[in-house]
Amino acid sequence: MTVLTQAAAAVEGTFAAPAATGVSSAALLLVALPLLSAAILLIGGRRLNAAGPYLAVAMVAVPFVLGVLMFFQVTGLADGDRIADVQLFSWIPVDALQVDFGLRIDPLSLTFVLLITGVGSLIHVYSLGYMAHDPDRRRFFAYLNLFVAAMLLLVLGNSFVTLYAGWEGVGLASYLLIGFWSYRPAAATAAKKAFVMNRVGDVGLAIAIFLMFKELGTTSFDGVFGQIGALAETSPATVTAIALLLLLGACGKSGQVPLQAWLPDAMEGPTPVSALIHAATMVTAGVYLITRSYPVFDLSADGRLVVTIIGAVTLLVGCIAGCAKDDIKKVLAYSTVSQIGYMFLAVGLGAGVYALGILHLLTHGFFKAGLFLGAGSVMHAMNDDVDMRHYGGLWRLLPITFGTFTLGYLALIGFPFLSGFYSKDPIIEAAFAAGGVRGWLLGGAAFIGAGLTAFYMTRLMLMTFFGEQRWKGHQSADGHDYHPHESPLTMTVPMIVLAFGSVFAGFVLASGERLAHWLTPSVGEFAEPHPEILSPVVITVATLVVIALGVAVAWWKVGSRPVPVVAPRQVPLLIRWARADVGGNAINEALLARPGIAVTHALTEIDTTVVDRTVTGSGTVLAAFSARARRTQTGFVRSYALSMLGGTFVVLAALLLVRFV
Amino acid sequence: MTSPVLLIVVVLLPLVGGIAVGAMKAAPAGQVKLIALGISLVELVVVALIWAGYTPSGTGYQFATSLDWIPALGLGFSVGIDGVALVMIALIAVLVPIVLGASWEEKLPAGRTIGGYFALLLVLESTMMTVFAATDVFVFYVAFELMLIPMYFLIGAFGGPKRTYAATKFFLYSLFGGLMMLASLIGLYVSSKDYTPTGVGTLDWAELRAIANQIPESTQLWIFAGFAIAFAIKAPLFPLHSWLPDAGAEAPVGSGTLVVGVLDKVGTFGFLRICLPLLPAASAKLAWLIITLSVIGIFYGGIVAAGQNDLKRFVTFTSIAHFGFIAMGVFAFTTQAMSGAVFYMVAHGLATGLLFLVVGMLTSRGGSRLASDYGGVAKVAPILAGMFLIGALATIALPGTSSFVAEFLVLLGTFKTLPVWGAIATVGIVIAAIYMLWMFQRTMTGPVRGVGVLLPEPDLSLSIAPATPQILPPAASGGAVLTARHAAPEAVPHAPAQPLPRLRFSDLTGREILVLTPLVALILLLGVYPKPVLDVINPTAAQIVIDSGHTDPAPAIEGANP
Repeated sequence: MTVLTQAAAAVEGTFAAPAATGVSSAALLLVALPLLSAAILLIGGRRLNAAGPYLAVAMVAVPFVLGVLMFFQVTGLADGDRIADVQLFSWIPVDALQVDFGLRIDPLSLTFVLLITGVGSLIHVYSLGYMAHDPDRRRFFAYLNLFVAAMLLLVLGNSFVTLYAGWEGVGLASYLLIGFWSYRPAAATAAKKAFVMNRVGDVGLAIAIFLMFKELGTTSFDGVFGQIGALAETSPATVTAIALLLLLGACGKSGQVPLQAWLPDAMEGPTPVSALIHAATMVTAGVYLITRSYPVFDLSADGRLVVTIIGAVTLLVGCIAGCAKDDIKKVLAYSTVSQIGYMFLAVGLGAGVYALGILHLLTHGFFKAGLFLGAGSVMHAMNDDVDMRHYGGLWRLLPITFGTFTLGYLALIGFPFLSGFYSKDPIIEAAFAAGGVRGWLLGGAAFIGAGLTAFYMTRLMLMTFFGEQRWKGHQSADGHDYHPHESPLTMTVPMIVLAFGSVFAGFVLASGERLAHWLTPSVGEFAEPHPEILSPVVITVATLVVIALGVAVAWWKVGSRPVPVVAPRQVPLLIRWARADVGGNAINEALLARPGIAVTHALTEIDTTVVDRTVTGSGTVLAAFSARARRTQTGFVRSYALSMLGGTFVVLAALLLVRFV
Repeated sequence: MTSPVLLIVVVLLPLVGGIAVGAMKAAPAGQVKLIALGISLVELVVVALIWAGYTPSGTGYQFATSLDWIPALGLGFSVGIDGVALVMIALIAVLVPIVLGASWEEKLPAGRTIGGYFALLLVLESTMMTVFAATDVFVFYVAFELMLIPMYFLIGAFGGPKRTYAATKFFLYSLFGGLMMLASLIGLYVSSKDYTPTGVGTLDWAELRAIANQIPESTQLWIFAGFAIAFAIKAPLFPLHSWLPDAGAEAPVGSGTLVVGVLDKVGTFGFLRICLPLLPAASAKLAWLIITLSVIGIFYGGIVAAGQNDLKRFVTFTSIAHFGFIAMGVFAFTTQAMSGAVFYMVAHGLATGLLFLVVGMLTSRGGSRLASDYGGVAKVAPILAGMFLIGALATIALPGTSSFVAEFLVLLGTFKTLPVWGAIATVGIVIAAIYMLWMFQRTMTGPVRGVGVLLPEPDLSLSIAPATPQILPPAASGGAVLTARHAAPEAVPHAPAQPLPRLRFSDLTGREILVLTPLVALILLLGVYPKPVLDVINPTAAQIVIDSGHTDPAPAIEGANP
C-alpha cells in the first residue's frame, strides 16, 4: 500500500493542498455558526436567557451534522485526495510574509471536528439542565459557543498563525468559563492563573512561528512541512529548537509538567466546562499540535525524546496527586493531566505511532467527559459539595449516574475490551518498544501509571457511591440538608450517550487499525510497535495484573474500612506531598510568584523615587518650577511661549547666518 | 479627489473651528458641543475622502503642497502624506469625535466651560494633524512645539487635583526635548549646505533625503542624538517616561486619551520619519541603544503597571510597555517589523483609547482613581466590565484584535534580524497578561466591594435614600445553591438576610455605549481583516527600510511556497 502522505509529497517540493469541494467547501460555517451565536447571545443581553441556550445548542449541533457530512465525503475519496484547503482571504500580508486565513479539511482535522462538535453538543444539552437556574446562563452558553468556534479554528486552521489564533481563542474562552462565577474570588484567581500559564506556553508557540518564518520564510503548514526536510539537512539543531518550542506551547495548553498547575485549579469553572474544555477537547490541543507538526518531530529525535520524558513524568505526577485529593473534580482533573501524559508519551514515540495518541485522545474524550458529567450530576445531587468525604452510598439514589459513571471508570482504568483498554494498552506496549533503558523507563512509567490509575479511580468510586451514607445528618456549606436525587433527562441522556462511547469507541476505532488507516494521509503510515523487551501478550497480562492490584489496594485502604469525614492530618510525607500537588504550586510560588511580586513592588517604588527624581533632574529644581507655576500659572506658559518664540528666532537667525554669511 | 486642498482643510479646519467654538462664550453649552462635534465629524469625512483618493502604490508624498512661508530662507509650509502619515491622520480623525462624545458630560474644575475644553481639543487636533502631515522638518518642529500649548492647558486648566504639577512636568520634559531638537534642526540645516546641489541649506524632507547618505556618520550621530532625545521623551522610552503617568493620570479623560493614543506616537513617528531616512548611518549605529531601551521598557512598563493602584497611571504604564514594542519594531529594520510598528501605532490608539475611556467612565462614577476602591464591578455594571475586558484583551494582543496583528508583525520582524531581542520581547506577552488580568480581577471580579462602588452605610433612616436607589438584581432561586461551594459569608452579597448594598453607580448609558462601539468595531475589524490598512502602510514601510539602508534578510531555506 503506497499512500501519498503529506510529507512524502512535500519532499518532492510540489505539495499544495487542492481546494476543497462539495460540503467541505463550507468549512467556514463550522467556525462561523458558533461564533455568530456567541455574538448574538452576548449582545442580546438577559432577555435571551430563555431562548438563547437553545440557539447555542443548535449552533453546535449543525456543525456536527456538517462534520458528519464532510466525513462521509472525505471517506469516499482516495487516500491521496483526502487533504483539501479552503482559502478564505489574505489575513496578514506584509511583503514576504503572506499569512492567509485558510481552513484545512483532512482526516486529522475532521476527527477533531467530530469530537469537538459531537461531545460539545452533548455537553451543551447537559448544560441546559445543569445551568437551568443560573441568572446569567445566556452568557454561559455564549462563552461555550465561543469556545467551540475557537477550538474548531484551532484544528481547522491551515497555517501556524491561524492555529495560534484558535489557540489563544480557546485560552480566552477557558479564562471566561473558569471565571464564569467570577464573584467568587477563587474562580477569578483560577481563571487568571490558567490564562497566564497558558501564555507561558504561547510564548513557545509564538517563537516557534517566528523561527519558522526566519528560516523557511513561511508559516503555512504546506510551506513549513515542505521545507523542513531541507532545513534538517543544513541545520538539525534549528529543527530541534522548533520542536521544543512547539512542545512548550503544547505543555501550556495541555497541562503538562512543568505547566500543569493551572489545570486542577481550573475546576473552579462550572462542571460542563470541566468536561468539555478541561477534559475532552482544549487540553488535548497540545497532542493535536504535536501530531499536526509530525514532519517536524519526525526529523528531531531529541525533540521526541523530550516529549516522551515530559509525557512519562506528567503521567506519574498526575497519578500521584490524583491519589490524595478529596475533591472529586480535582481527582478527575489530575487524572486528565495523567492521561494526557499518556498521549504525549505516545506521540513522542514518533514515526508510526501518532495514531495511538489520537486514539487515546478520542476514547479519553468519551470516558473523561462522561466521568465529569457524572461528577456534575453527583454535585448537583449533593448541593454542589465536591468533597468526596461527604459522599458515600450514592449508588442506590443515583442509579443512572452510577451506571454511566461505572462504565466510564472501567474504561479509564483499562478494563478489558472497554475503550481505555484498546487505547492505553498499545501505548504501554509502544513505550516498551522504544527499546533499551529508555524502553524500560518509559514503559515502566506507563505501567506503574496504569496501576495508580486503577487505585485512585477505585478510591473515588468507593468514596462516592459505596460505603455508608456519610452525608446523613450533615448540612452543606450553605446550610441545607442533603437530599440526593437523580438529575433530569437533559443531564442523564448525554451521560448515557457518552457511556456508550466509553464502552464501544475503543473497539470500533481500534479494530482493524481503522483509525490509524483513516489518519494515514495526515500523520503518516501507522507502524505497529513491536516491543523487543517483552512480548505484547506479557505486557497486556502484566498490565491487567497491576490494574487488579490497584483496585485491590484501593479496596483494602478505602473500601474495607470507614472513611473519615474530615481528612486525617497525621499522614505520611508522601501523601502530604501528593496533597500539595506534588510540589507544583510550591515551585511556582517560590520561583515565580513571590519573586515576581517582590520585583513589582521594588520597581514601582524605584520608579517613583529613583527614576523619576533622577531623570527629572533634581527634585528641588522641579519644586521651584512648580511653586512658581502655581503662583503664576499662565505666566509660566507665557514664558514658555516666549522661550519657544525665542527658539524660533534662534533658528531663523542661524538659518539666515548660514545662508547669507 | 486628490486635491491638496483637502489636506489643507484637514490641517486648518479644526484650528478655525476650535477658535470659533472658543469664541462662542454666550451660546448654550449644548449647542457649542454639537458644533464642536459637527466640526470633528466633517474633519472625519474629509479624511475619509483623502483615504479614498490615496494611491498606496504611489511613490513620494501625495496631496502634497507647499505654501510660501519664509521665502528668504526657502522655508515653506509644506504638507503631504504617505502611508504612515495617512493612517495616523485617520486615527486622529476617528478618535477626536469619540473623545468629544465621551467628554460630553465631563465634570470640569470650577470656572471652566465645556466650550473652552472642546475648543482646545479641536486646536490640539489641528496641531497633531500638522505634525503628521509635515513634509518639511521645520514645519514638523513648529507643529511639534505648538502641540504642547493646547495640551498644557488641557492638563493644567482642566485636569485632576495634581494638574499643575503634572502640566509643569509635562512642559519641562517637552521643553527640554524641544530644545534638543532645535539644536539638531539647526545642525541638520547647517550640514545640509555642504551637500545640496545649490549649496544652500534646506529643511525640506525630500531634499534632505536625497543627500542623507552623504552626511558623514560623525555629524549624523550628533544630529541624531538631539532628535532621538526629543522623540524618546515624547514616545516615551525608558528612562525618560516619568512625565507620562502624571500627565495621563491628571489630564481629563478625553485629553488623556489623546495623549496616550496619539500625541505620544509623534515620538515613534519622528523616529521613522526623520531619524531613519534622514540620518540612516546614525540610526544603524545607535539602533542597539534604542532597542535595548525598548526591551527594558517592555518589561519595566509592564512590571510597574502591575504595581499601580491608580487606574489611569496603570493605563499609562501599559502604554510605556507598548511603546517599547513600537520603537523596537522601528529599529529592527525589517519590512514586517516596520509595518507592524506603524500598525501598532494605530492599534494601540484604538485599544488604549478604549481602555482609557472605560477607565474614565468607571472613575467618574466611583469618584476615585484607585483600583483598591473598586471590586466586583462586573456584577454591578456588566457592560462596563465587558468593555473593560475587550479593551484589556486588545491591550494584551489577543488574536482577533488589531493589536495582535501589530504585535505579531513587530515580534516576527524583529526576530528575523535580532532573534535574541525578539525572543526576550516575546516574553513580554506573559507580563501583559499578568498586569491586565490582575487589574481586571482586582476591580471587576469578586464580591461587590469598595468605597468607589458602595455608598457608606446609611444613617438609620431610609428617608435620605437616593432618589433612584440602585439595587442588585435579585438572584434566581438556584443562585444560592450554585455559590454554595465557596460560600464565605462576605462572598454572597445577595444573601437575603443582609441589607441590600447601596450602589454608587449604574451601568453604561446609551451615549457611552454609542461612543465606545466604533472603537470595539474597529479593533475587531482590523484584527480580522487588517489588509486595507496594511496595504496603505506596506509600501511606505518598505521604503523606510530601504531608505534606512537595510534589506530584509532572506530565509535560510528558499522554497517554492509563498
